[in-house]
Amino acid sequence: MAIVARDLVKSYGETEAVRGVSFEVRAGEVVGFLGPNGAGKTTTVRMVSCFLPPTSGSAEVFGIDVRTRPRDVKAMLGVCPQEDNLDPDFDVLKNLLVYARYFDIPPDVARKRALELLDAVSLGDRLKSRIDTLSGGMKRRLVLARALVNEPRVLILDEPTTGLDPQARHSIWTRIRSLRATGVTVLLTTHYMEEATQLCDRVILVDHGKILLDGAPKDLIAREIGHTVIEAWNHDAEFAAAVRALAGRVEEIGDRLFFYPDDAEGAERFFEERFPDQERQIRRATLEDVFLKRTGRALRN
Amino acid sequence: MELLRNISWRATKVWRRNIDVFLVTLPIEGLPAIVEPILYLLAFGMGLGTMIGTLHYQGRVVDYLHFLAPGTVAVAILFWSYFEMTYASYIRMYYQKTFDAILATPLLVEDVILGEMLFATTKSLLAATVMLGVISAFGLVSWPTGLLVLPIAVLGGSFFAGIGLVITSMVRNISHFNVPMSLFVLPMFTFGGTFFPLEVLPSWAHPIAWCLPLTHVSLLVRSATLGMAHPMIPVSVAYLALGSVVFGILALHRMKRRLVP
Repeated sequence: MAIVARDLVKSYGETEAVRGVSFEVRAGEVVGFLGPNGAGKTTTVRMVSCFLPPTSGSAEVFGIDVRTRPRDVKAMLGVCPQEDNLDPDFDVLKNLLVYARYFDIPPDVARKRALELLDAVSLGDRLKSRIDTLSGGMKRRLVLARALVNEPRVLILDEPTTGLDPQARHSIWTRIRSLRATGVTVLLTTHYMEEATQLCDRVILVDHGKILLDGAPKDLIAREIGHTVIEAWNHDAEFAAAVRALAGRVEEIGDRLFFYPDDAEGAERFFEERFPDQERQIRRATLEDVFLKRTGRALRN
Repeated sequence: MELLRNISWRATKVWRRNIDVFLVTLPIEGLPAIVEPILYLLAFGMGLGTMIGTLHYQGRVVDYLHFLAPGTVAVAILFWSYFEMTYASYIRMYYQKTFDAILATPLLVEDVILGEMLFATTKSLLAATVMLGVISAFGLVSWPTGLLVLPIAVLGGSFFAGIGLVITSMVRNISHFNVPMSLFVLPMFTFGGTFFPLEVLPSWAHPIAWCLPLTHVSLLVRSATLGMAHPMIPVSVAYLALGSVVFGILALHRMKRRLVP
C-alpha cells in the first residue's frame, strides 16, 4: 500500500474539519478526493503529507508513520499546492535548483534533472525567465516540475488545474497520465468532475469531513445513478405526474425535472408517444450526477 | 526539551535560500546599508556635531562624531535583523507562501524558523561589517577593539531576530507592524543611547532606557569603537544573550503554532 489512513480526525477548537476518515491507496493508483468547498479534502491530504498533525488517527506512506517520521515521508512525496508558491526572486531554473537542495540532491544531479523536467513541461526555453512573466499555466507546470525534482513515489496534487484555461488543463492532465504510466502513485483533490473522470482509477467523495463514497468512477455512476439521465424543462403538471408514475427516482430542482430511468429506450418511447413536444435532454449519467445526488445542491461557502 | 527536539543542520538550507535571494536583490537592498549611515554621519554628526562639539562620556571628553558613529552601527544591527524578521518574513510566510513550499520537503517548521533567525543575524553581521568600514574611513574606530563589533552584531542581531519573529507570529495583517514600530522600535531608535548619552535623560527615564535592548547594543558597540571599558558591559552581554535565547525559543514556539495549527 502506498497510503494507509485510519480514522483521521482534525479539529480546530470546536469545529471538526475531518471527522474520521479511513482509506487506502495502492502503489501506482491514481485516487481523487472529490467534494464541495470545505468538505475536508485538502485538510485530509495535508495530514497525509505531514503539513498538519492529525488530532487523532494515523496515516502511513509506504509503511512510514507521518507523525513520527515526517522527514522520511516528505522525502518520498512530491507536492503541488493549491496556490502557486514559487520563489518570485528566482528565475525558473533556480526555483528547481533551490528546491532540490532541500532534498539533499547533489547540485550536478539536480541541474541535470531540472533541465529534463523543464523540457518535459515545455519550459525548456524559459530557464532564465522571471516568475512574474509566466502565465498561470506555465506557473502550474513549473510547480509540477518542482514537485518531481526529488523523483517522488507519491505525487500529491491539490486542485492541480483550478483557474487554468482548457489548453493548460489538458497539458497538465497529459503530464499526470504520463507520470502514472511510470508507476507514480497520485493522490489529487479536485472539484472538477471531468478531471476526476479523466484521471482517476478511483474517487473518494467526501463531505462534512466524512467519506460518502469510494470506488471507480464508472462503478459509482452505475451504482448511484444508473446509465441515463433525463432532464426536462418547461413542463406542466400532467407531465410531472406521468413521469412520477413511470417509476424510478425523480427530482425537481428549480424549474427542471431530473429522472434516471433504468430503461433509456423505454423512456424515449414514453416521450415520443405521450409528450413528443416536451423540451428535454437525454444524456449519459456522469460523476457530476453522483456528486450532486450525494452532496446536495445547496450552495457552499 | 520537546520544543527543541527537531533542531537540525537542515536550517542552514533555509538560511542558504535567503542568502541566495539576498544576493539577487543586493544591488537594490544593499544601497540603503551604505547610504543611511553616511547620511546620519553627515546630518547629525557634521551638522549637529559642529553645534555640540564634544560631550562627556564615562568621564572622558569625546567629540560628538565619535559618540554618534557607534550609535548608527547599533541602529543598523537593529534594523537589518528586525525588519527582516517582521515585514520580510511575513511576506515570505503570508504572501509568497515560501514556508509552505519549504514544508513540503524534508524540512520541518523548526528548520524554517531557525533558518530565518540565522539569516536575520547574518544580515546584522553584514550591515555592521559594512558600517564599520564606513565609519572607519571617517577615522572613527579604534582598533583592534573595533573588531568586537562583529560578535556584538551577532548577539544583537539574534536578539532582534527572535523578538521580530515573535511579533510576526502575533500580527493578523501586515499593517499591524505599525504598532510595535511606534511603541517599540522608534522609541528605541531615539532613546536607546544612539544619538545622545542616557545621562542627559531625567532620572525616572533611566530604568526604561536600560530595559531597551538597543541601549545595550549601543553601549557595547560604543565601548568597542571607542576602545573604552564600561562597567555595564557584563550586564549588557548577559541581557542580550539571555534575551536571544528566550525570544528565540518563544519565536519557535509561537511560529510553530501559527504555521502548524
